Formats: sequence, structure tokens, C-alpha cells
Amino acid sequence: MTAVLEVRDIAKSFGGVHAVQGVSFDVHEGEILGIIGPNGSGKSTLFNCILGQLAPTRGEVRIDGRNVSGKRPSELNRLGISRTFQLLQVFPQLTVRENLILAGQEHKGSRLGRLFGARDAGLGAAADRMIDFFRLGHLAHENAGGLSYGQQKLLDAAMAFMAGPRLVLLDEPAGGVNLTMLASLKERLQAINRETRATFVVIEHNMEFVMALCSRIIVLAEGRIIAEGEPAAVRRDPKVIEAYLGH
Amino acid sequence: MISPRLAWLLVALGALMLVLAPIDLTGIGIPYPGLKRYGTYIMTLWLVTAIAAMGVNLIVGYAGLETLAQAAFVGIGAYVTALMVKAGWPFGLAFLASGVAAFAVGIMLGFPALRVRKHYLAFVTLAFSVLAWLVFRNEQWLTGGVMGIGDISRPTLFGHTLRRHVDFYWFVLAITAVLTFALWWIIRSPWGRAFTALRENPIRAESLGVDVRLYTLLAFAIGSAYGGLAGSLYAPLVEFIDPNPFALGPSLLFMLMVVVGGAGRFAGPFVGAAVAVLLPEWLRFAEGFYLLIYAVLVMTMMAFCPTGIMGLAERLLPARRRPTAAATAPLLGEAKP
Repeated sequence: MTAVLEVRDIAKSFGGVHAVQGVSFDVHEGEILGIIGPNGSGKSTLFNCILGQLAPTRGEVRIDGRNVSGKRPSELNRLGISRTFQLLQVFPQLTVRENLILAGQEHKGSRLGRLFGARDAGLGAAADRMIDFFRLGHLAHENAGGLSYGQQKLLDAAMAFMAGPRLVLLDEPAGGVNLTMLASLKERLQAINRETRATFVVIEHNMEFVMALCSRIIVLAEGRIIAEGEPAAVRRDPKVIEAYLGH
Repeated sequence: MISPRLAWLLVALGALMLVLAPIDLTGIGIPYPGLKRYGTYIMTLWLVTAIAAMGVNLIVGYAGLETLAQAAFVGIGAYVTALMVKAGWPFGLAFLASGVAAFAVGIMLGFPALRVRKHYLAFVTLAFSVLAWLVFRNEQWLTGGVMGIGDISRPTLFGHTLRRHVDFYWFVLAITAVLTFALWWIIRSPWGRAFTALRENPIRAESLGVDVRLYTLLAFAIGSAYGGLAGSLYAPLVEFIDPNPFALGPSLLFMLMVVVGGAGRFAGPFVGAAVAVLLPEWLRFAEGFYLLIYAVLVMTMMAFCPTGIMGLAERLLPARRRPTAAATAPLLGEAKP
């Protein structure tokens, strides 16, 4: 299998705090990789280093074998890498449909072409399909700010898929989502993975969710990888149990 | 919300009223004597002010940035036009050059906005405003200093000079219509959506491929160009320019217009410019008290309706019915696939 994402020896320090200390791993095409770890283990910092939101202290990120370190988030997005955020990040004063069109528009044609072209950048039908796929149909014309937390979380995930990305990094997609919606979210993510062969990297605290969704799991503690493998094996790993329970 | 059809009807009706404003209609049985010379001048000033305020609305209302320098850009446009027209260049060329000059300087002013936001950015633009005013005042060889530039002739259109106030009013009205349409087009295009994204959540916008740096510069450049184009019309309107109308105070007034009118609402600048230009005229009956009344009105407005007059109008108008009401929608988990 080809590696879509290669993370090589990424480290990030904030003053004297070493949040990430030399993490390396590969993610293969079509894979759903989970990254778990206790609070403060460096998961989100690692994500932000991969996605250009933070400049790593050292290390390298490769997409399809090409070094993309130092690229800005918008440049990485146009290379087909998408993300969601730990805290909700939708555009509250735009409607659900407008949020989705925005999420895809920068991938359509030239910037000047978009100014003189269609208002929906030719993405109206795609946005409607995405709305149906995430079962948000009844909310399409509501402002995103008026949606419930769980619905906004789904919209957030839907936006990450609008541009048809090859690689999606999801930061705690299940956080704050109720059980019914959680099942729906998991099933939707698996459906996209099956249909588009998109590759996912998921940070998650909800063990049941991550074990059911991911085919491989990496465990971080104090900025280092302490375990890696299939969900069942990781769950039994004494180092993982110790990191979580602290003894 | 009003329906789009009604909105278009209101716009057409408003445009017709503006076209007819200076005409005496008593001859056709309508008891309206038309605006006199001064009234027409004030209406032209309102349009010119609204053009500059539209630019501020793009920068502040839509893109969520700050500018306290719009009067400086109006000044750039006014001086470029005055100097070019006096040097014998046609007004059309001077008008375009004013827009281009303000656009270019606007891009430069946009660069600090890539690093700082909110009140820090406001102070950067404030400093620029003072700098521009000092150039207008001190570079006497170019701008005439405090003595200004006089005898700025009005443009000629198809061999017909627009000397009369009413002719120039219609000319400015036509240009305002074109510039309003252009901005409306930008706002409703994907660019407008990107500007709104910039205002609401720049980090998320960047992660969705929106080039936040470029759109920030574009917002500043286009908004400032509107200031320059307004200045280009202001110079032949008043026929004499000096540095005073381009100082910091008028820049603050442009910000006030956008906030009072309703930031991020398309008609806001027209309403705000009316409050700033027309209201003082209507309050003249109060003589020395008019500024006091004006100040109290603005304070009351901001305290009770921070979304501006357009925001207030939206609240008062009945909400448009939607085919699907959110309140009756099933929870997502319960929705059938």
C-alpha cells in the first residue's frame, strides 16, 4: 500500500514544554487511523503541525512522497487535505448550504472565474447531495449558528468532505455528540471511506467510537508514541492502560 | 426578511425617486416642486459619501477588518483627480486613475492587517490617516497645502459640460448605480462568501482553502478604491479641495455611518450616509442644538440597536415564512435516510 501521509520525527516545543517529541508514522491510502491518548499528550498539537497551523520545531511532513512542511493550511487544503476542529468551527451567519458551498468553492476554477461565474460556484447540487448524505435536509436554509451542537458537528464534518479530499484529519468528531447522532456519524464516515477511498486520521477520546471506526490505532503519551496496532491489541496493551490509568 | 421580488421593486422605486428628485413635477399634477440648487448639491454629496461608505462596509461589515482611513483614500482620489483635470487630462481617465491609486495604496495598507486585527489594526489605519493628511497639508508644491486646489472643472459628457448641479447630480447618480451594482455582484459572488468567512472565522476559512491573506488584501484594496472613486467625484462637486475633509475626523464619521446604517448590510452605507449628510440639514431648525440632538440620537441608536438602522428594520419586518420550519424538524438521529 502507498503511504498518503508520512510524518517524520515531528517535534514541537512551547518554551520549556515539549508537546510533541519526535513522532513518526505513515498513513496508507483508504485507511482510517485513530490517534488516542490522555489529555495533554500532544494529539492536537501534532495535528496542527501536520496541517500547517503550527510550525514544528523539527521534522517533516510528506504527502504522496512530497515534502509539504511549511505550506500554509489553505495550500494544503488545495492539495486535497481537509480537517475538522476540536472546537466547533462553522460559519454561524451563513446557512448550512452556504457553509458547504464555501467549503468547496476555492477548489472550483480560477479566482477571477469565481467572481464572474455562478453564485454557488457550480456547487449547489454537490452541496445538496452532501446535505442529504449527512441528513441535514430540513436545515439546509437555516443559519448554521441556529443549529444544535450535534448538528453543527455534523455540518463541520460534512464541510471537510465538500472538496472531495484524499486525506481528512478529524479532531474529536464525536465530542459532545449524543449517542444516536454518534452512530449516524460513524456510519456516515465509514460510508464515505468505502465509497471514495478517502483516508482518515481521527483524534478521539471516545474509545468505543474510535475502536469501532478505525482499523489501526496510535497511542500518544507525553508527546511520544507508546503503542501502535489494531484496536483490540491496543486496548490490551499494558503501556496504554498505564498511560490512561496512571499506574 | 422581504421577498426578493419586493426588494427589487423597492430598489426600482427608490432609483426612480432619486432620478426625479431635482425635477419640478407640479406641471403634471404632482405637488412636488423638485429640489433647488442647494438640495441637489446635498443629495450629490450624499451619493458621493455613500460610495466611500460602501467601501468601508466591505472592509468592516463584510470582511470583519477595521479602517479609520477612508477619508484619506477619498483625499487620494480627490487630489489625483484635481491634479489630473487641472493638467488637462480628461475626467474619465482621472476617475480611473483615482480608483487605481487608492486600490494600490489600499493593498499596502492591507499588509499590516495580515499581522494585527481589531483595535490594533484600527490604530494602524489611524496612523496612516494622519500620515496622508500631513502629506496633503505639507506637500505644498503638489497639493497646494492649506490653500488647497481651486477651480476644479466639472466633467464633460458627449460635448455637454456638467456645470449645472442637476446635470452633475444625474452623472453621480449613474456612477453610484454602477458602483453599487458592482459591489452587490462581488458580495453575492463566491468572493463575498469568502469575505464573510474571513469575518466569521479566518482559521477555519484558511483550512477550507480560502487564501485569507489574499482576501484580506483584496477587501482593503476594493474598499479603499471605492474611497478613491468617491474622492474623484467629490473634487468636481465642491470644485475646491483642501486637506480638512480628508482628516481623521471624517474617517471616524465614515466608520460611524457604516455602524449606524448597519455593518454588513448592503443598504447600510446609504442609510448611514443619509444620517451623516442629510440629517444635519433636516435638524437645522434646531440651530445651535442640532449637533447635540444628533449626538444623542447616535448614542441612543448604538445603545438600543447595535445592528444599525437596517438591523432595526429587519427586526421590525415580519420574518419570511420558510417552507421547512426548524422548530418542527426531527432531530438528526431520528431522521429517516
